[in-house]
Amino acid sequence: MASGPVALVDAGGANIASLKFALARLGRESLFTRDETIIRGATHVIIPGVGAAADAMARLEATGLDRLIPTLRQPVLGICLGMQLLFEGSDEDHARCLGLLSGQARRFIPAPGRPVPQMGWNALHPREPHPLLAGVGDQAYVYFVHSYALPVCAHTLACADYGGEFAALVARENFHGAQFHPERSGPVGERILKNFLDL
Amino acid sequence: MLTRRIIPCLDVREGRVVKGVQFRNHEDVGGILELARRYRERGADELVFYDITASPEGRQVDRSWVNRVAEVLDLPFCVAGGIRSVADAEEVLNLGADKISINSPALADPGLIDRLSRRFGAQCVVIGIDSLAMDDDWQVYQYTGDPDRTQAARRRTLDWVREVQDRGAGEIVLNCMNSDGVRQGYDIDQLVRVRECCTVPLIASGGAGTERHFLDVFEQADVDGALAASVFHKGLIDILALKRWLAERGVAIRLLEDPADG
Repeated sequence: MASGPVALVDAGGANIASLKFALARLGRESLFTRDETIIRGATHVIIPGVGAAADAMARLEATGLDRLIPTLRQPVLGICLGMQLLFEGSDEDHARCLGLLSGQARRFIPAPGRPVPQMGWNALHPREPHPLLAGVGDQAYVYFVHSYALPVCAHTLACADYGGEFAALVARENFHGAQFHPERSGPVGERILKNFLDL
Repeated sequence: MLTRRIIPCLDVREGRVVKGVQFRNHEDVGGILELARRYRERGADELVFYDITASPEGRQVDRSWVNRVAEVLDLPFCVAGGIRSVADAEEVLNLGADKISINSPALADPGLIDRLSRRFGAQCVVIGIDSLAMDDDWQVYQYTGDPDRTQAARRRTLDWVREVQDRGAGEIVLNCMNSDGVRQGYDIDQLVRVRECCTVPLIASGGAGTERHFLDVFEQADVDGALAASVFHKGLIDILALKRWLAERGVAIRLLEDPADG
């Protein structure tokens, strides 16, 4: 088992307890931090996301983490808003994000049968084999809570359908993103988190 | 495809789970962690914990149990009751809850919804509405956790549903008081009307007695989730069997691949 805590990047927002507990159930300690040295030295870095894109980016910029994150070489996982931050931007408050993956988060438009936010369990449809998806079957359900989503792109490992397909799991080199909450997605989510920690 | 959620509601008082029939004569039905684990194993999609004593009595409550639930549970859960401020909400979310639900405090200070939504995002902010049928319409009630303080909020339910969405609510739980606790089915007529003006997720509450009631509320009122308490706590309906039964009838449902594993 790798040593040292997993770094959870402090981009604002409450509710990281569930993520800390999920990592603890997998035998890993974690530290919620803005400290550049700790983040750079961690075996794995997670960018949790609750809140608004522009607020989170402002917080990263205030501490210089917007420049640090793109230079990281260890496995990085953005969760929910944290995944959206890896892309070029979000329609939410016209936020400019980190630009590590190309694409713009767009708002879901409410329609009959499609309330917004999307809240609940939706099926993952894997598109590309990837270590993050090891042991995860087709049609595995994971828990989503979001109003903005990324279109499917070349780096999409798995998509889901909510009145049209969107990117549910993405990866480019050492940067990964999950639009769903693996820490709240039962055994399937736990497996994906474990797969990430095994990278 | 997004699945319909089956949501056991655990009414909490002083660290124990209780559920009253029409809000009276509460009976103790089990410990919080024990029930949380059991519902996870049976395939619950989400849990709601509702501290029924906190809001009416106006006192600070010991919320350490929220942290213990977050530690054992890998499902989303929502905490309701006694959350009157952004600081209260922050405490509950920091302890590990995914969502907070407010009811009477939102009626007393509707601006609280805007402040919570701005601070934490709409996805964390659930508005509970206790609604009573009256004269071919529905009226909002408040302080329903305490029979002595229960009173009309002097708002039409449909107006309040629109207002809370405008203010930033991310989900609405509609508790239909006429049907609550009597297990004769959800209030389909009311839920259909609320669904028409509700663009955020809508959860039906009050009235579940049989598996058929869940099928009816999903098919006829198009709700995103169905909440129930006593039928689950007393073992009258098994969630795993209910979900299989609903899936066989074409409802989009999350089935567990291996129940023994979770």
